Parts: sequence; C-alpha cells; structure tokens
Amino acid sequence: MGIDKIKSMKREDFKDNEYIDKLVDELNATGANVVVGKMDELINWGISNSLWPLCFGTSCCAIEFMSLGAARYDMARFGFEVARNSPRQADYVMVQGTIVHRMAPVMRRLYEQLAEPKYVIACGGCAVSGGPFKNSYCVVPGVDQILPVDVYIPGCPPRPEAMFYGLMQLQRKIKVQKFFGGANRKEKIEEFFAEHPEERGEIG
Amino acid sequence: MSDIKEIIGKICPEATFEDGECLLVSVPEKKWYPLAKSLKENKDLDFDVLSAVVGMDWKETIGVVYYFTSTSHNWGMLAVKVEAESRDDAYIHSVSDLWKVANFQEREVYDMFGIKFVNHPDMRRFFLRNDWVGHPLRKDYDANPELNPIRLEDEINEDDSRVFVENAEGKIVEEPRKVFEKDEYVVNIGPQHPSTHGVMRFRASLDGEIVKKVDVVSGYIHRGIEKLTEGMTYPQILHFTDRMDYMSAHQNRHCLCMCIEKALGLEIPKRAQVIRTMMDELMRISSHLLSFGCTAMDLGATTAFFYGFREREMVLDIFEKTCGARMSMNYNVIGGVIADLHPDFVKDVKHLIEIMPERLKEYHKVFSGNLIAKNRLKGVGMLSKEDAVNYAITGPSGRGSNWSCDCRKKHPYAAYGEVEFDEILLDGCDSYSRYMVRMKEIEQSCRILEQLVDRIPEGEIRAQVPKIVKLPAGRWYQQVEASRGTFGVYIESTGEKTPYRVHFQSPCFNLVGVMDLTCSGYMIADLITIGAALDFVIPDIDR
Amino acid sequence: MFDFGKWTSAFNSLLLGTGMPDWAAVLIECVIIAVLVLATYTVLALFYILYERKLCAWFQCRLGPMRVGKWGLLQVFADMFKILIKELICLKGTDRFLFKLAPYIVITSSVTMLACLPWGNGLQIIDWNIGIFFILAVSSVGVLGILLAGWASNNKYTLIGAMRSGAQMISYELSLGISLMTICVFAGTMNISELVAEQESAWFLFRGHIPAIIAFIIYVIAATAETNRGPFDLPEAEHELTAGYHTEYSGIHFGFFYLAEYLNLFIVSGIATLMFLGGWMPLHIPGWEAFNHVMDFIPSVVWFLAKAFFISFVIIWFKWTFPRVRIDQMLAFEWKYLMPFSLVNLILMAVFVALGWHF
Repeated sequence: MGIDKIKSMKREDFKDNEYIDKLVDELNATGANVVVGKMDELINWGISNSLWPLCFGTSCCAIEFMSLGAARYDMARFGFEVARNSPRQADYVMVQGTIVHRMAPVMRRLYEQLAEPKYVIACGGCAVSGGPFKNSYCVVPGVDQILPVDVYIPGCPPRPEAMFYGLMQLQRKIKVQKFFGGANRKEKIEEFFAEHPEERGEIG
Repeated sequence: MSDIKEIIGKICPEATFEDGECLLVSVPEKKWYPLAKSLKENKDLDFDVLSAVVGMDWKETIGVVYYFTSTSHNWGMLAVKVEAESRDDAYIHSVSDLWKVANFQEREVYDMFGIKFVNHPDMRRFFLRNDWVGHPLRKDYDANPELNPIRLEDEINEDDSRVFVENAEGKIVEEPRKVFEKDEYVVNIGPQHPSTHGVMRFRASLDGEIVKKVDVVSGYIHRGIEKLTEGMTYPQILHFTDRMDYMSAHQNRHCLCMCIEKALGLEIPKRAQVIRTMMDELMRISSHLLSFGCTAMDLGATTAFFYGFREREMVLDIFEKTCGARMSMNYNVIGGVIADLHPDFVKDVKHLIEIMPERLKEYHKVFSGNLIAKNRLKGVGMLSKEDAVNYAITGPSGRGSNWSCDCRKKHPYAAYGEVEFDEILLDGCDSYSRYMVRMKEIEQSCRILEQLVDRIPEGEIRAQVPKIVKLPAGRWYQQVEASRGTFGVYIESTGEKTPYRVHFQSPCFNLVGVMDLTCSGYMIADLITIGAALDFVIPDIDR
Repeated sequence: MFDFGKWTSAFNSLLLGTGMPDWAAVLIECVIIAVLVLATYTVLALFYILYERKLCAWFQCRLGPMRVGKWGLLQVFADMFKILIKELICLKGTDRFLFKLAPYIVITSSVTMLACLPWGNGLQIIDWNIGIFFILAVSSVGVLGILLAGWASNNKYTLIGAMRSGAQMISYELSLGISLMTICVFAGTMNISELVAEQESAWFLFRGHIPAIIAFIIYVIAATAETNRGPFDLPEAEHELTAGYHTEYSGIHFGFFYLAEYLNLFIVSGIATLMFLGGWMPLHIPGWEAFNHVMDFIPSVVWFLAKAFFISFVIIWFKWTFPRVRIDQMLAFEWKYLMPFSLVNLILMAVFVALGWHF
C-alpha cells in the first residue's frame, strides 16, 4: 500500500492508522482498474513528494515554520522548500496561527485561489480549535469552521518535528487518494462547502 | 510633584489630583484639549511623550487615561483621566495633532469603546470589521455570537472615513472623508504577503513606483486578549503575553509579572531577578537575530537569513533545556520563575557568548557589508528624532533616530542596575541605523550575559505568593524594555481575583504608526525594507 | 576531436539513399531535431532546477532535496508530474487569449535560442553568418511574453512586475549586445562555427586582452539581469510583488515560466561559453603539447556543458549571495555605468584590433 511507503518511517511509527485504513477501504469500495490504479500511484507519488507550501502565517507558528525551512530542520530534504507566495502555484496552505473574524473571508479566498489539488493543514492550537483564544469575541474556533482541513497538528506552537510528522501524514493521505474516478476528493470538498455556504457580498 | 500640581492647577482650575503610583489628574472633557496643549507646549511641563492611551469603562462613565513622560526632565509619569460627558454618545477631543502617536491609539479606543474623538482626522475602526456590531471592551457589550457571526463576505466601503468636528454652534457633526481618491493606483500589500511579517495590510497609493500614501489596515490577527483577561485570574492571564510579541515572550511576561508583583508588594528573590534578566537578554538576542534574518530575506539575500537562524537555534536550545519549549516558554510566574535553571545553562550561555562576536562579523560580511545592502538601507525611511518622540517610537528603531529611550537605563529593573552596558545610539535616522542598532545590541546583550553568567546567586527562584492572587483596588502601569521597544502593562483592579481592565501598550503598535510618514516619497521596494528595519510583529500590534 | 558532423551527414545520405525527395528528407530531419531539442530542453531544465536547489542548499548549510530517490535525484520528476496535473486557473476579467499566449511566447523564444547553440564539434542545428545576431534578436522576444503575462493577468502586482521587467530587459540588452559585439569586432565574424573555430589556439577571454575581460564581466552582469535572476530579480521580486509577472499563473503555465527561467540561465551561460570560453573547444595552452593532447580526449559536448554549468554556477552564486537592488539603482547602474563602459570598451577593442595588440 502507498501509505507505508514513507522513507525511513514504519507503519507503527504513525498514529491514527485506523483512520487512514478506513479511508483506503472507502476509496477502494468501488474497485479500481489496474492501469488507472498505476497512473494514480504515479501521480500521487508526484504530488506527495512535491508539496509546495503557501507562505502564510499569522502568528507564532509561522516563526516555527521558518525554523522548519532553516538549516537545522531543512524541509528542502523532502522537496517542500519551494514556498510560493502566490496561492496559484502552491499545493497546500498550512494555517499557522489564529484566524480571526476579519481574516476569515481572506482565508477563504486564499483557499479558493489555490489551484487543485489543494490541501489544508491546521497547524497549532489556534488553527485547530481557537486554542487559548477560543472564548474571544472575534476568533474563529478552529479553521475547520471555514475550510476543509486534511491534517491537524496540535501544539502551541508545534515543534518543527511535529510539523514534519503532520506533513508526512498528509503525504500518506495523498498516496491513497484517487485522482482518476473513484471517491474523489473534490466531491468531499464540495460537500464541505455545501455545509458551509458563503454569503457572497460585493467583490471590492 | 507639587510643582506639577501648581502649574496644572493654574492652567486648569477644575483639575483634581490623586496621588498613587504616579500623579493622576482628572479633568473635565471641556478643559481637556487646552490642558493637553499646555502639557505639550509649556516648557515647564514639556510632556512630549505620550506613552499610553488606555480606554476605560467605569460603568457609570466612560473615558480615557493618558500616560505621559518627558524627554527633558525626570518627573516620571503623569496620568490624565478624561471622562466623556455622556456614555452613549461619548465624545472626547482628539490630541492626535499634538502627539501623532495618538492617531492610531484613539482609533483603537474608538473601536473598543465607541468613544468618538472630535477633530480626529480619520475616525474609522482599527481592529474590527467595518460592519461589527458593538464595542467589545465596553462592560455592556452584547457578546451574542448571532450579532457578529463569522462573516465570509468582504468588507465594503474601505475608502470611506469620517471626521467629527465642532460646528459654529458648538455642536458636533460628522463629515465624510475619503481615504483614497477614485483615480489613485492603490496597491494592496497584505494581509497575505511575504514581507508584511504576518497578516498586516498596507494599502499603498502609488505614482509609478513611488509610494504616495500608506493606509494601515490592521486587525487581521486581533484576538481580543484584553477582553479575555477580564474573565481570568491573574496567573491565568500570564500566558497571553508570550503569544502577543512572541519574539519578546520573556520580556512581556516579565513586565506583566512585575506589574502584578508591584501591586502585591512582593519582594522577588535575587536569583529569580538575575535569571529573569538573563532570559530577557537571551530573548533579545534571539529576536534581533530573527530580525536580521528577515531584513536580509526581505532584501532578497536569502542566505543571510539561514545564517541568522543557525545562531538563533542555539538560543532556542538554551530556552528549551530550561523552560521546556522553543517558543511560548511560559517561564516567568508571579513571584519569580517557574523552574530552576538547567545544569547546562551556564555552559551553553558561555558558548553562545564566545561565538557570537565571530558570527556578527560574518553577518556583516555576508549582508550588511555588501554595497547593495548599504545602498538599499542608507538614507531610506528617514525618521527624525522629533518625529520619533512624537510618534513614541521606542526600542532599537527609536535609538536609531538618536533618541535615548532605553527603559533598562532610565528605570533599571531586575538586575539591570548592577550590570554595565551601553545604550546604543546612532544618529543616522534611517533604516541602516535601525538595523545597526540591533546588531550592536546583540553585542551589548552578550556583555550583560557575560557579567551575570558567573554570578547567578544561590537561593529561592520564587517568592511566596498567596494561593489566590487578589490585587488591591487601584491602577498600576509598568514598563520594560522589550526587544522592539518599551512594553507597558496597565492593570486596573477593583480588589477582585480577576482584573477589571488590563491594557497592553505594545511597542509595535507605535512602530506601524510611522509607516505612512517613513514610506511616503520612497519606492515600493523601500516600503518593504522600511517595514523590515522597523521590525514589527503583527500579533503585538493587534493583540 | 570527434566530429559529430560525420554522423549527421551519414544520416542525411542514408535518408537520401532511400530515394525520397530532398524536401521529405529535410522534413524528417526537422522533426527529429525538434523532438531532440524539446527533449534536451526538458532534461536540461529539470537538471538545472535540481542543480540550483542543491547548490543553494550548500550555500545555506543545508542538505537540499535528498529523500525522493537517491540523493534527491527524482525530486524534479515529482515536481514535474505534480505541475502537469495542477489545475489551470483562468481568471475573470483577464484577456484570455493573451493570458494563455504569454507563457508560450516565453518558452518559444527560449527554445529557439537553445537551438542556436553549438553543442559540440559538428553538433549544431543552424549555422549562418548572423548567428549571434539572431540569438540576440530572439532573446528580445521573450520580454514580450513577460509584458503580456503581466498585462493580461489584470492584477496590479503583475503589471508592476511586467513594467519593471520591460524596463530592465530592454536596458540591459544594450550592454549585453555591446559586450558581445566587442568580441565580434575581435573575431571579425558573427558566424557561430567560425567563432568557435577561431578559439582553437586560445579562448577569446585570454586572446582578447583587457577589453575581452571587461566585456566578459559586463556580459555576466548583464546576463544576470537579462535572465531576471538575483540581484536583478525585480520582475519577480518575491518579497515585494509576491511572484511578480506570473503571480496569477498556475499549473503548467507557471511551469513554462519556471522552466524558461532556468533554461535562459543555461542559454546565457552557453553564449558566454561560446563567445569567451571557446565554445566546445578544449582548453589548450600554447606550448604544452602533451596537456593539449590529453584535453582533446574529452568529448566536445562535455566541454561545452561543463563550461556552461560553471558560468551558471557563478550566476547562481550571485543570486544566493547578493541582496536585491532597487529599480532606480538598477537602471542607474545600467545607463550611468555599464552602458558607457561597454561603449568605451568597444572602442578600446577596435583600437586593439587595429593596432594588432592581441595574441
């Protein structure tokens, strides 16, 4: 299985294996063509090894993300270092820090500007649940209120190692997805947006 | 003190005085503006620095407490309390024409309390959305989430501003203003932009490549910390300070602890004092290294950024060993520090001090010694000393404009009184001076560490603190020198175990206030370097 | 030296020997060459992307890509697969035709330039008397694509990026051209194969004395600016304009800009190799017969690539060391220093040639 093909990480090293097994079962429920399956594998290998982040951070987690890129942790080893400043060219957005009410529409728009396939990682307590600011009048309690989140990384801020772990979990998730047919990820995203409709205002 | 009372009494006979931590003058709203004018212009008073503007809601009345200091004489602080005449339709005269720093400060007060400032040039909300209902820091704020749901549509009418002016009959009327004209080429820098160091948003009007005007739109990370503190006990509110300016986590928390300790009258053990001082300086080194890295990166010298981070990791290792975390250390507590030093601490700090001078030379070689970097930074973003004082730009940025504003020298706290160090002052007034002040301050921080590292006294690390911390009724204001300037904490207590009002006076809030002044007339590329050299941290602005 | 010309002429006579008409043989050859050029283009671009990422990692005390494949060799292939399947976003309010056309203009101009380079002894596609002139002409087409991209995106950042790029590339083209003309004056030809042949005894950089060295330095600076690389990467200026003129491009459209950027780096290095470092000629030192003989054993393609990669290394080194200049500083540098300097240098070279002060 693709999910076990993470270099120098064994299956036992990961938590939440049940979740990903369930995902695999769901995806394979309809069965898959061999040729299409191979194509999928190749494409998923490409996507999972070339995750370009969007430079986006609101608070402390962004500084740890900079440490992740710096020499000691060096995310370039995984090929993640091509941080793009334009959302059109990025593959995933790691929400680093609190999302407040004023930021929410901007965040949503940034997500819509990302080109498919796109992923969201909620990084740090604030993005996961609102963290220490959960009770505040203008904090979004978890970025999953406005975006479909793929991976959650807890911590305040998470250590760079934790961020790597989260990114590897995302790689595992990508490796089982089906680009051609099957239970498509895109459908899931559309379901999410059906549940969280946007009141469209005037585009300024 | 009695001198001030006499002089103020002459100018404004209605003023009442209250002695406390510092002199508090209460004036009626009608007399406030003339008094403010004399505070600034009367040579005997000469309060030219507006340190803090604290909006207050005393339930019956609503108003503002202003804190002043002076650069010319050493009277310490002066607080002025102004109450609005009516609670629901509150007006206070703006002093933003006297102290430019008041411009954004008053907008914040308007945003949080709904006090409208008469003659303020740009009375918009500062942190919250234009369509926000209510003013959150008022005690009668309706926190019903249905009033203010998570809105996913864009804000409209961003260019609409207004002023409140007194007309001929003395009535206050609203007049509309435009921030930008219709045919201006306005470029939106932020909130998601690589060089705003977070989610700051500048709307810059351009003429070709030249910036004509910068409109600062803040609040993209406004988390409402001040409101949250009102529902928490004192030990609980401590952790917020680490998450405001995360690059001055120790200093900020030190400040809050000092303010609470001052109110409780606690005596802090010597060992804790020294540890706090050392941690503050390590934090300063880490912050300035990050600032170096980001400045280099914003100028396109990516490699220098990695060199800065290499040494920063060493500082983070020291923090991690003692405090248990790389960031958000949560180390200072009321009465001292939470845990004793790690056995490796002394060795690690000595190693850091040893290599730092070498590394600083390397940085200079890689980045600031480069002709291109010098040309980009020198003569850019001029901020004269007068402007720095007027806008209350403290910290390395203020000292780059030759303003001696270091709290560690002026009111030594913790162990700063016992160590020798120089206050770095450069008179270039440009981005390069601000950058150089930081680099030289790393040297000074190493010097402080060097003096202390072998003299950490034995003893307790924490004073005895009552289980339930209750502050007596009153108000306190405490300042420390954080990495980016003077950080102030205002606490007002009614004797409960939760504070009545906490206000954080963050240095970055003032820094962002000079963006328009420093960037106008320079190029759009300079806007980035000016921002990098001012080195603001956005969550510290927005809180 | 092995002459690849033998292979190509043998192939040509093979085709003609089957009895097909001339035009059909030429057509087949053209198609084969086109496929080869495109394949080389892709492989080179992928190599360059990895090359730069590894180099910059070493400058920055990092490891660089190392987990995908052995030593990270497969990293760029992963990137390629990903970028191929990325969604292409076309925005509302853009000029759709120009928006989609722009990346193709950029990539076409760089492929055409690549086709003109002499790869080795006899490995050259077209060889005519205005070779260098043609390369310069085609390189100016690329800027059109960038201007279109910035204009058609209907975005303020891209527009600023495009305008900067226009100003920058048109300005620096002057010193670039003049520095190359200096060498043409010296060699007395613009024909690429003759230029290379001239350098058999010693490279122009050594033969041409001071003016050639000055021209080389001017060329490297101007070429860095031409390829929009740091410290002259203003049209992209990540920290000012998010991604400059290609901010709004996604997927393979962005991929084209990305590839063209790296390939242009190779092309300017290739031209420098051709004009100053003897093209595919091995290093010969007059008098050292044994040494020269050993050098001759290294294939000409290897010589060409090695020299080009070396020049690229220098340009990449610039990028990761220097801060970015500002637009007014950049233009002042070109118009106040570089251009007058190169003009004087051209005259100096003419004097040297007229008086015969060279090797």
